[in-house]
Amino acid sequence: MAEERTLPKFDYSTVKISKEESLIYYEDMVLGRLFEDKCAEMYYRGRMFGFVHLYNGQEAVSSGIVKSLRPDQDYVCSTYRDHVHALSSGVPAKEVMAELFGKVTGCSKGRGGSMHMFSEPHKLLGGYAFVAEGIPVATGTAYQSMYRKKALGEDFDQVTVCFFGDGASNNGQFFECLNMAALWKLPILYVVENNKWAIGMAHERATSQPEIYKKASVFNMEGYEVDGMDLLAVRDVAQKAIARARAGEGPTLIEALTYRFRGHSLADPDELRDPTEKEFWNARDPIKKFATYLTEHNIVSQSELDTIDKKVQQDIEEAVEFAEASPEPDKSELYRYIFAED
Amino acid sequence: MAETLMFNALRQAIDEEMAKDDKVFVLGEDVGQYGGSYKVTKGLYEKYGEFRVLDTPIAENSFTGMAVGAAMSGLRPIIEGMNMGFLLLAFNQIANNAGMMRYTSGGNYKIPTVIRGPGGVGRQLGAEHSQRLEAYFQAVPGLKIVACSTAYNAKGLLKSAIRDDNPVLFFEHVLLYNHKENLPDYEYTLPLNKAEIVRQGKDVTILTYSRMRHHCTQALKQIEKDGYDPEIIDLISLKPLDMETIGESIRKTHRVIIVEECMKTGGIGAELTASIKYQLFDELDGPVVRLSSQDIPTPYNGTLERLTIVQPEQIVEAVSKIMNNQI
Repeated sequence: MAEERTLPKFDYSTVKISKEESLIYYEDMVLGRLFEDKCAEMYYRGRMFGFVHLYNGQEAVSSGIVKSLRPDQDYVCSTYRDHVHALSSGVPAKEVMAELFGKVTGCSKGRGGSMHMFSEPHKLLGGYAFVAEGIPVATGTAYQSMYRKKALGEDFDQVTVCFFGDGASNNGQFFECLNMAALWKLPILYVVENNKWAIGMAHERATSQPEIYKKASVFNMEGYEVDGMDLLAVRDVAQKAIARARAGEGPTLIEALTYRFRGHSLADPDELRDPTEKEFWNARDPIKKFATYLTEHNIVSQSELDTIDKKVQQDIEEAVEFAEASPEPDKSELYRYIFAED
Repeated sequence: MAETLMFNALRQAIDEEMAKDDKVFVLGEDVGQYGGSYKVTKGLYEKYGEFRVLDTPIAENSFTGMAVGAAMSGLRPIIEGMNMGFLLLAFNQIANNAGMMRYTSGGNYKIPTVIRGPGGVGRQLGAEHSQRLEAYFQAVPGLKIVACSTAYNAKGLLKSAIRDDNPVLFFEHVLLYNHKENLPDYEYTLPLNKAEIVRQGKDVTILTYSRMRHHCTQALKQIEKDGYDPEIIDLISLKPLDMETIGESIRKTHRVIIVEECMKTGGIGAELTASIKYQLFDELDGPVVRLSSQDIPTPYNGTLERLTIVQPEQIVEAVSKIMNNQI
């Protein structure tokens, strides 16, 4: 097991968060966690198929970033580990669950599956299953935002967030897009969820410079590392980067140090990760950490949090019922959606 | 009517569509200040500015993916491949992102994109600059593939491609940019899915596209001298194939020769042959003849290069053979 990086210090004295806002972040994280637990259950019960990559452990990143955006206005681009990014973006849990069940009521009409969640109304650019291929696409929506402002003269301050993992940060598209985004000052946040493992490839074995955020500097771009298990730290860095992007000050690279509590996918035997490493990170559960902060600071009571947990669990049960009850895609529509006119 | 070179016809198409729709923009290597490697975008940077005629770094996969993202969010990008062969580096973005994403997303996004540039075998440019990507890309669902061949059809087709809401791979030919033709003074567009009947005839159907159309018309004099009356059809649309026009011709001639510049294995002609045999088998008097490029990397040496692609005399010979039932 490689030595753990020293986590960046976060100054809690600067935190300003209302009760209402706290509950939005908390509920989103719990939704992410319990939804994924339900996915594991449904996968093993043979209700969903294919490669299913769960997000457990990384919730503070999705919630801290996406819930700091303007819903249905700012773009979010994801990877194959996309269920929770979809949920944070506002795609209803029942639509994500139905997609996993392959039903026509799914957000991608049952054509996409676990790795391809899309929702135009929620500005979810999609789950991209090839590592790093979402980075150029997200750079393109950011270009579009700048184009509306500068070429069309519109009053427009839309932002794009592009999520990817440590594995993608060794791919050419990462470097090419950082270059272009910095060159043209695009309104985008590149968020690396460094969970230390690209399937079985340990991050340190794949890169000559493990501190990914430092790679921003060669493009004259702002780069930050953040404790990806700490919602408030993620939210803080997100808010600053979003404000910079809206102000036309350009892109930001954010490296969130995080960990997946489960294997790469539900098909992964997860034999390479050291138990002591898992214990280290499990002890840093982002939901527990945020709940503790909220109760200790008397922002929210434990019973209020329990009520949210119950409500979310109920929502997920309803999502499963919805997915179960939904129809399969019509066989006569096999060819639908190939072209724009369909 | 004004006599116009093909590269200028293409430029007019882009200019007119950019003037009409401010969501249309061009991106690629040297498209802006330099005016495009074949001058198709000359003067547009000065007219429309740096954001609408975007000079990109040499990063084909990333700027192609970027155009897909721009298209998903409401713009209408025209990607120029400085040489279409370079876009092999963007195969993933063209196939997975541009071609398949509308379907994979269940109709959430449309991707109105034109991917255009010079393809084909030029003059001793070597293997990497002499590619025919239409063959490689034809299997990708969701892509329309078009090849222009004259100044007139280049302009009308490119305007339609820019207006189309789907990703269109638009092949120009490196040796046809100076093709000269009188173009109408009025605005016109041409359908992306219709083949063009170059010459009507009754004896044999010659199916061709891009530069090989001109090899066919060069062969025509000798074919006529030999006493045959061929029908020459320029496919224009390589995907989907206009089987209606093709079928009408074959029902008349019952003989088919395909003349293509792509390689024989897995080429456009291979798919065309299969479609003809499946749909029109009873109409055929003999096997479909395929004249294709050799299945080799295009050699630099001029003599070897000439041997690699189909020459007009081979077309003359093939017509003679098929008419004398020697095939």
